[in-house]
Amino acid sequence: MDREEQRQRFIDIMAKFTVYTGRYLPDDVLSRLEELRETENSDLAKIIYDAMFENLKMAEELNRPCCQDTGVIQYFVQVGTKFPLIGEIEECLREAVQKATVIGPLRHNAVEVFDEKNTGNNVGTRIPWIDWEIIPDSDEVIIYVYMAGGGCSLPGAAKVLMPLEGYEGVVKFVFDQITSYGINACPPLLVGIGIAGSVEVAAKLSKKALLRPLGSHNNNPRGAELEKRIEKGLNDVKIGPGGLTGENSVMGVHIEQAARHPATIAVGLSTGCWAHRRSVIKISADMEYETISHKGAIL
Amino acid sequence: MSLKVINTPIKDEDLESLVIGDIIYLNGYLVTSRDDVHQRLIKQHKALPVDLAGKAIFHAGPIMQEIEGQPGRYRVISIGPTTSMRMEKYEKEFIAQTGVKIIVGKGGMGLNTVAGCQEHKAIHTVFPGGCALLAANCVEEVERVEWLDLGMPEAMWVMRVKQFGPLIVSIDTKGNNLFENNKREFNSRKEAIVEAICPYVDFLE
Repeated sequence: MDREEQRQRFIDIMAKFTVYTGRYLPDDVLSRLEELRETENSDLAKIIYDAMFENLKMAEELNRPCCQDTGVIQYFVQVGTKFPLIGEIEECLREAVQKATVIGPLRHNAVEVFDEKNTGNNVGTRIPWIDWEIIPDSDEVIIYVYMAGGGCSLPGAAKVLMPLEGYEGVVKFVFDQITSYGINACPPLLVGIGIAGSVEVAAKLSKKALLRPLGSHNNNPRGAELEKRIEKGLNDVKIGPGGLTGENSVMGVHIEQAARHPATIAVGLSTGCWAHRRSVIKISADMEYETISHKGAIL
Repeated sequence: MSLKVINTPIKDEDLESLVIGDIIYLNGYLVTSRDDVHQRLIKQHKALPVDLAGKAIFHAGPIMQEIEGQPGRYRVISIGPTTSMRMEKYEKEFIAQTGVKIIVGKGGMGLNTVAGCQEHKAIHTVFPGGCALLAANCVEEVERVEWLDLGMPEAMWVMRVKQFGPLIVSIDTKGNNLFENNKREFNSRKEAIVEAICPYVDFLE
């Protein structure tokens, strides 16, 4: 495969995978939703879960995006230093998004700031958003696709606390935000929390927390325990599907952290809706792919 | 819990007996109106290109596709509700000026909308969030589009729908607000839960 063929193959895979992400929820999210559905016993909660699963079935049958808000497209790229297209990924992803917008079809969700014009192809200033991590000596790339919908982006917030507010301040911030704004963001939610020393690091980590598979835990035992306590606590609030009350509130709570400044505790919060369109793909140097989030998917 | 079908044009008496938590279905005209449409009418005082009196609006930004060989004709691909609270700022005025009777969206709305609904005999309802294909399936025809210069999500899409629902009444004509009631309940549970977690997070040395 020459360089141009590699490029075209990469664009093709990523365009199709982006479309795929809008149609099929990842394996872990689906099985968590099935578990949560079983816990509900009120008529209203059952009606909502029935609608959700019927809708997912229709997405499969009709080959259409399961939610009309296919979001602003974000790619979280972990690129090996020896991946052949390392210098061209950004350009290729911009092309992939434009192709995906037509194939999907995806909703036009890139509005230029100040000009206030929708670009009509989901590509705009710094959009698709690309986050980079470098993997030394690897010749592969792992790409997380996230469709950042408007509804589930609205509860997002970040704040720098004074240290004496402690981790208690973090817990309070998360609960206040979820019970006031989370209820409109299509619960059951996935809650991502970032804790760090400054606001942008905490915010970014809160989004990265949403990319972790359900059932994974924070790498620090205290962090893992706090995830469990907040998850149980939020579930005890009983927000239910669609915020219409029920037995549960969240699909999970994930925390990611960076060492903080002695004088600050920054906390960031991101939420994912029940239609959590987050996918992961691995592409090798010879442009073979493996869909990690959706086992066995054929693009 | 009552279950009924409502047809446009909608009359006051179609809505007066409904209470929060009821489930209804809609037949007739449903027109998408979200942030920019509210902004144009209320803040910029532009005349709406669609008469909404007696009709229903949908807080939604759809994916529409132009039908091949029929320029200006569209089919709906995917259309689900968007967060209604974003329109709270202008909804009371919007109801007063348009005579719209049913607002369909997602999540709750606030005091302004409650007042508008009470004064003008209108209701706010929610369609299950994220269920955009269920909703698309209830659309018989996309009759026309106005203000397409706002872009696909913000334009006014005029649709005829059949058995559109389930629509859960969240604000009725009597001043009741389902989500505010729920929120009060959630917040009353929250305090004790947060307090119970705090002793376990005393990590500072």
